[in-house]
Amino acid sequence: MCDTCGCSSEGGAVLRKPGNSEYHVHITGHGNGHVHDHDHEHSRHHDHDHGHTHHHPEGHSRKIAMEQDVLLKNNLLAERNRGYFEARNIVALNFLSSPGSGKTSLLEKTIPVLRQHVPVAVIEGDQQTTNDADRIHALGVPVIQVNTGSGCHLDAFMINRSLRELDLQDNSLLCIENVGNLVCPAMFDLGEALKVVIISTTEGDDKPLKYPAMFHEADICILNKTDLLPYVDFDAARCRENAMRVNHHLEWFEVSVKSGEGLDAWTERIMKMVKRN
Amino acid sequence: MHEMSIALSIVEAVDAKAREEGAAKITGIDLLVGRLSGIETESLKFCFSAASKGSLAEDAVLAIDEREGTGECTACKSSFPVSFYYAECPECGSLAVSIISGEEFQIKSMTIEEEGE
Repeated sequence: MCDTCGCSSEGGAVLRKPGNSEYHVHITGHGNGHVHDHDHEHSRHHDHDHGHTHHHPEGHSRKIAMEQDVLLKNNLLAERNRGYFEARNIVALNFLSSPGSGKTSLLEKTIPVLRQHVPVAVIEGDQQTTNDADRIHALGVPVIQVNTGSGCHLDAFMINRSLRELDLQDNSLLCIENVGNLVCPAMFDLGEALKVVIISTTEGDDKPLKYPAMFHEADICILNKTDLLPYVDFDAARCRENAMRVNHHLEWFEVSVKSGEGLDAWTERIMKMVKRN
Repeated sequence: MHEMSIALSIVEAVDAKAREEGAAKITGIDLLVGRLSGIETESLKFCFSAASKGSLAEDAVLAIDEREGTGECTACKSSFPVSFYYAECPECGSLAVSIISGEEFQIKSMTIEEEGE
């Protein structure tokens, strides 16, 4: 049950806005990018209504070809989002990582620089709380929080629904911070231009090998917390090599959000993308 | 556990199609799952039994055809089986391997039982 309005919303995601505790939108769908219209009972009755002129023996079984991608609905909706971004000249980036690698901190640090050149908006994904959206809201940029509830990833439908709640400007940048998880979000296209995976030096340098699907899907990899390198057993060169083994097209950045080291190269990369658009 | 939302989307897709076809129930579903698709088939089967409750697919048997991945070396163009993303070309040792197949994840077909007259 939803603890804000008391409605039954198990399994569904909820959109929230920081600074507006009244605002919350339940979004239906099975987490696969599909609006669920609850007409099952109705169609069950229908099956009996149309008159069969041909006769089937009791329990006649038949094979039906489907040849359908399981993620078809998500992928179609992702393409719709992509079309919306293209038409309005919006660069959408999907930020992915395990919890605690510094996704929100990276946004907090870079958005004040980026917004001097381009309007920025953010979609935050977390199972619960508006903590991350609150941090982004404090920067003064539009943000919406998607609480996925039991869900472990954002999907194209959640983004599609969030876009309707966010008043995005043309020629802008949209940062989507996915649920902290190196496994599931890899499978779900949101319609983004690029996937950016973040790894930090307090994790293992073999992470790209342990979670290859994510690194294979990503376009850019950012190694964060390089200021801690002297204190941890993390080999940045080996990590990079591991990441390249999984995906030889990966673009590599090394940054410390804390000290600011390497952030110029990253913001320049984004600006290049925004300008080219 | 993305297998749960995946299982729900399979149920939704086959249930809708089966109703269109006038089925009384779905007895079998054939899936093609590439080894590089990121799907754990045991976990998917487990989630499917929960996800299919109350749908036409409640008693359906999942038949999963797991397909090996194929990689092609971008350096020497030879192709070979791969089961993970950091494969090395067995011919020239290059790591610049493109995945040709193994990422499939499809509902191939289903078997329905029609209502008797």
